Amino acid sequence: MKRALLLLAFLLAATPVAAVQPDEMLADPLLESRAREISRDIRCPVCQGETIDDSNAPISRDLRLIIRERLVAGDTDAEVVDYIVARYGEGVLFNPPAEGANLVLWLAGPALLLAGIAVAVAAARRRVAPDQALSAEEEARLQEILKR
Amino acid sequence: MIVELGHFALILALMVALVQSTLPLWGAHRGDARLMALAGPAALVQMVLVSASFAALTWAFVVSDFSLAVVVSNSHTLKPMLYKVSGVWGNHEGSLLLWVLILAVYGAAVAAFGANLPARLKARVLAVQGMIGVAFLLFLLLTSNPFWRLALPPLDGQDLNPLLQDPGLAFHPPFLYLGYVGLSMAFSFAVAALIEGRVDAAWGRWVRPWTLAAWVFLTIGIALGSWWAYYELGWGGFWFWDPVENASFMPWLLAAALLHSSIVVEKRESLKAWTILLAIMAFGFSLIGTFIVRSGVITSVHAFANDPERGVFILMILAFFTGGALILFALRAGSMEARGVFSLVSRESALVANNILLTVAAFVVFIGTIWPLVGTMLLGRDLSVGEPFFNAAFSPFMVALALILPPGAMLAWKRGDIGRSLRGLIPIMVLAVALGALAFAMQTGQTALGPIGLMLGAWVGFGALADLWARTGREGLGARFARLGRLPRADWGKATAHFGLGVTIFAVSAMMSWKIEDIRVVQEGETFPLGAYEVRLDKVEEVQGPNYTSTMGWMTVMRNGETVAVLNPEKRIYPVAQMPTTEAAIDYGPLRDVYLVLGDRQQSGGWAVRSYIEPFANWLWAGCILMALGGFLSLSDRRYRVAAGARRVPAGVPAE
Repeated sequence: MKRALLLLAFLLAATPVAAVQPDEMLADPLLESRAREISRDIRCPVCQGETIDDSNAPISRDLRLIIRERLVAGDTDAEVVDYIVARYGEGVLFNPPAEGANLVLWLAGPALLLAGIAVAVAAARRRVAPDQALSAEEEARLQEILKR
Repeated sequence: MIVELGHFALILALMVALVQSTLPLWGAHRGDARLMALAGPAALVQMVLVSASFAALTWAFVVSDFSLAVVVSNSHTLKPMLYKVSGVWGNHEGSLLLWVLILAVYGAAVAAFGANLPARLKARVLAVQGMIGVAFLLFLLLTSNPFWRLALPPLDGQDLNPLLQDPGLAFHPPFLYLGYVGLSMAFSFAVAALIEGRVDAAWGRWVRPWTLAAWVFLTIGIALGSWWAYYELGWGGFWFWDPVENASFMPWLLAAALLHSSIVVEKRESLKAWTILLAIMAFGFSLIGTFIVRSGVITSVHAFANDPERGVFILMILAFFTGGALILFALRAGSMEARGVFSLVSRESALVANNILLTVAAFVVFIGTIWPLVGTMLLGRDLSVGEPFFNAAFSPFMVALALILPPGAMLAWKRGDIGRSLRGLIPIMVLAVALGALAFAMQTGQTALGPIGLMLGAWVGFGALADLWARTGREGLGARFARLGRLPRADWGKATAHFGLGVTIFAVSAMMSWKIEDIRVVQEGETFPLGAYEVRLDKVEEVQGPNYTSTMGWMTVMRNGETVAVLNPEKRIYPVAQMPTTEAAIDYGPLRDVYLVLGDRQQSGGWAVRSYIEPFANWLWAGCILMALGGFLSLSDRRYRVAAGARRVPAGVPAE
């Protein structure tokens, strides 16, 4: 029950009231669009399924403000992301970088695709082959029959 | 009293399911016609009992019987009647009862309309269906009993989550369940065929309609959920790659693969083992979906009810059915001899490619969904996977699928000529590239996603029409038009569904790339520009609803000074659930939606307002409707109806 209540609390925090507030936004449209771009890839640390761009939780607002602060201070996008990851952990990244163990995540699909194609082609070859060519044994038997 | 009867009926249903899952199976093994004949009536009785139980629970919700724990936590006397009824399945216990009800209805449908099924196969199918029933009835009664009484009933309930009090969502779960559970039929047929050790064209013909129906229901269910997210969650998104959404999307992808591969079984008696495996996997993923939703192992915005004990139970069900079926598959798959051979370039091969792409795509969704779990359990790292990953890792497979679809669909069976089908598609290719180039020229400095989406959508959509047209032969125009009307409904269904897919592809990429967003503080009476429109906030007032209070805005959308629409975005507070919601106001249009959201009052006296132009949003829903319609058209094809009568087996099958 306590867990359910906790979840309900998260749900309350996650209810869809306006996420990005007008007072947070930067006057410079270029910087603001970069901030939006970054915040769409950052998970709200308390609500799991939402980006800080969508989330209404106070911590998401803090994160959105931090992003804008860093951008105004002149950080590159990558530096801003590193800054946040250093403080909140890699769990906030919705787009896990393709390195280390995460390679499995990224390469699993292409690997399975190649495997699937290989199996399908092999199966097709096996299926077609008897149509086209006779085995040596069959060839010998055919010659034998023809000789009679 | 009625509640106790419902509870009792549920227990009886479990007993009947136990009989249904054992005796007919034994009978089929021994060739005992009487035991086999037990399956049909048992399935019907089970359906009646579960229906009675469901009706009892519905009654408890309708009269607000607050001695039931479920009703207390999910209903309230002031709630509108529609949501009292939809509250029956708006919670864990009730939704599982609905799951079991649909399962029983499907079983009964086989019993009632399966007169032409070979008696042995029918007995085995119903027995497997009965086993699934036993598992879920046990789950229901042991861990999630909806008929749990309270010793001290409160005076009023705690209300249904206000987010769920919505017509779109009222019918979203039933459709999804019809889909999930529909795949149980394909599973039961697959397992029965494995026990039998035989798969033939007739089997394919039997499995296909069930899969098709399941796929159609999943399509409708997913579209309803997506539509709900679009208008209810208040930022105009329609898909979030949330674990719960993925849980319904994976079975959809696999069902799409299965309904294509079962065509090959039906028409060419090939790909048998693969189709069986796919049927097992499709239902397996339905169970995984149930597990993800109900256990809460992967936290999600949707996790309304979760509990580890229930999770373990579902995991056991999953292990038993999928594991058991896979072992059976490993033992018996060898006996599924393919009869039809086909060359590398053929319709069969195109459908194999379709299957590989859909299956791999489902697998990518799967690994992305469970990766956070893998991170925590195996790597000891806190990882998240979200939209950016899925967009990058999933989309390429859909692009490949879209590219091969039109020529693949036009290839001949057995041995095709790729040059010939491509030559027929040259006009479509030119049209698609031209449309893409036009879109690219019209948009300035935006992503290439929009034009590419338009190109692919046109390629698939018009390609589907070209395929239909090619079926009318080579005579004069008049004769071809006349023949168009006489084409089998399956052909129309195929063209409609593929056309719908094209529309969907286009709409998704259009919404992702051409959306206009505006966030600002607006004073009452102030006008601001939004794309080609101007929007004025006229006033904001407090309004009283039936079970909520609302802060409602009046906003006028204008174009060149002329009023296009007056919209009322709202912020609601549901006092019983103590929960605020946002009701976006949308002016739906054929080419764009104007989407307005009222935010908080600012200290400066104005209101935060978020406004969006959502391009081609209606095309997305239209595309889904077309896909579902295509499925229905195929389902109504003559061959399923005629075949049902033509292959009638005499009622009394002689015992061996």
